[in-house]
Amino acid sequence: MKIRRVGAAGLLIECDDADRVEDWRAELWRRRETGELRATEIVPGARTVLIDGVPPGTAELLPLWEPARGGIQSEGPLVEIPTVFDGEDLEPVAELWGVSAGEVVHRLVETPLHVAFSGFAPGFAYLRGLPDAWAVPRLAAPRPRVPAGAVALAGGYAGIYPTASPGGWRLVGHTDQNLFDVRRKQPALLTPGTRVRLVTA
Amino acid sequence: MITVLRAGPLTTVQDLGRPGYAHLGVPRSGALDEPALRLANRFVGNPDDAAALETTLLGCALRFAEAALVAVTGAVAQVDVNGRPAERPHGHQLFEVPAGGIVDIKRASRGVRSYIAVAGGIAVEPVLGSRSTDTLSGLGPARLTDGATLPVGMPTGAAPLVGEAARIGGELVLGIRLGPRDDWFAAHGLFGSAYRISPLSNRVGARLAGNALTRAKAGELPSEGVTLGAVQVPADGQPIVFLADHPTTGGYPVIGVVDDVTPLAQARPGTTVRFRELD
Repeated sequence: MKIRRVGAAGLLIECDDADRVEDWRAELWRRRETGELRATEIVPGARTVLIDGVPPGTAELLPLWEPARGGIQSEGPLVEIPTVFDGEDLEPVAELWGVSAGEVVHRLVETPLHVAFSGFAPGFAYLRGLPDAWAVPRLAAPRPRVPAGAVALAGGYAGIYPTASPGGWRLVGHTDQNLFDVRRKQPALLTPGTRVRLVTA
Repeated sequence: MITVLRAGPLTTVQDLGRPGYAHLGVPRSGALDEPALRLANRFVGNPDDAAALETTLLGCALRFAEAALVAVTGAVAQVDVNGRPAERPHGHQLFEVPAGGIVDIKRASRGVRSYIAVAGGIAVEPVLGSRSTDTLSGLGPARLTDGATLPVGMPTGAAPLVGEAARIGGELVLGIRLGPRDDWFAAHGLFGSAYRISPLSNRVGARLAGNALTRAKAGELPSEGVTLGAVQVPADGQPIVFLADHPTTGGYPVIGVVDDVTPLAQARPGTTVRFRELD
């Protein structure tokens, strides 16, 4: 663990791996709940957790708060995403994985996923859980428009586009679930720590 | 109610934004020149977090259905009320507008963004606790268009306060704290020469043009959280200073964080920018 300065009131915790990011994110959320940590934002990334709007002295506290390893991924609420596996890139993904399109679908519905972090757009969650060997490169040229609800893969992540936008992820299917709705008390369906299963719609 | 007669190139509703949702990918948004927004609100007796209008360079024209107390701050611009340069009985930027009156904020002579506050505030429906238009994600009210109408809230009756407006114009010297990723660069490159504000700048970021920063470390940075004022350096080496509508995570290294982005809100394309290292 290494702490880097981010301006006058921010700190970036650099973690050894993505699992530790989730340990730290959960620990810091918990410490903010109890009032031990004051922070405007706690933002997990791929290998880091950013805390912003913290009072002086917070950097000295962090080493004392080093969380225990593991277990986080099984703790969050479970959300099932009914998915129609009709993505334009299903066949190319099957080729990259060296299996049939049917086997790609089988693997995706059989793999427990969870939200590591969010970004790119409100409600866009980076889902971990796929083995490293199934990582796929982004498209060489992003599509100018990916529809809302598109279920896609890139790098080692799965993700679902909450709104229509340009995008370079490989589309494997789509869902009718509303990923982000500002009228809900919890606007994002998928938040860091949430467990996710893709299920055949 | 306010009717928009001339929306201008980009006029949006802004308050203090919606911090606290970055972990969901929601940008903070809010007024780019926050002190100017607070000042405009104080002039008309509003709380600091009331929503006002933010114009871009060419101003806008509004008709007020009811008599209203209106303040204009930020960029230096002539303000006409009913076709005549406004009298300013209460000081520098405060106007009493009669029912049916038209307020026309002209092209800015200095600075970029004007803030128009009305007693009672702009009362559009808040989204995640804020009435700000977020130009990156599309959250909040739509940008103003000709003919659009805006509701005005009930004035609180609080006494207007006066305050000092910031000086606008000239070369900028931005204080910056290096990190979190200054070790990815030969950081002295940032301080050796001046940059200029690029015309591609917007509410997401002030793009700077000048000495390309060279990487001391190759490779890609996995996505990580970024903050207001972060100076991100993409592959071409030309720095971008993130402003209110910045994305919540980024994949390019951040060499440092600017202490106060307010001057950038009013800096026109071509303005010279230098960096000064803080502690």
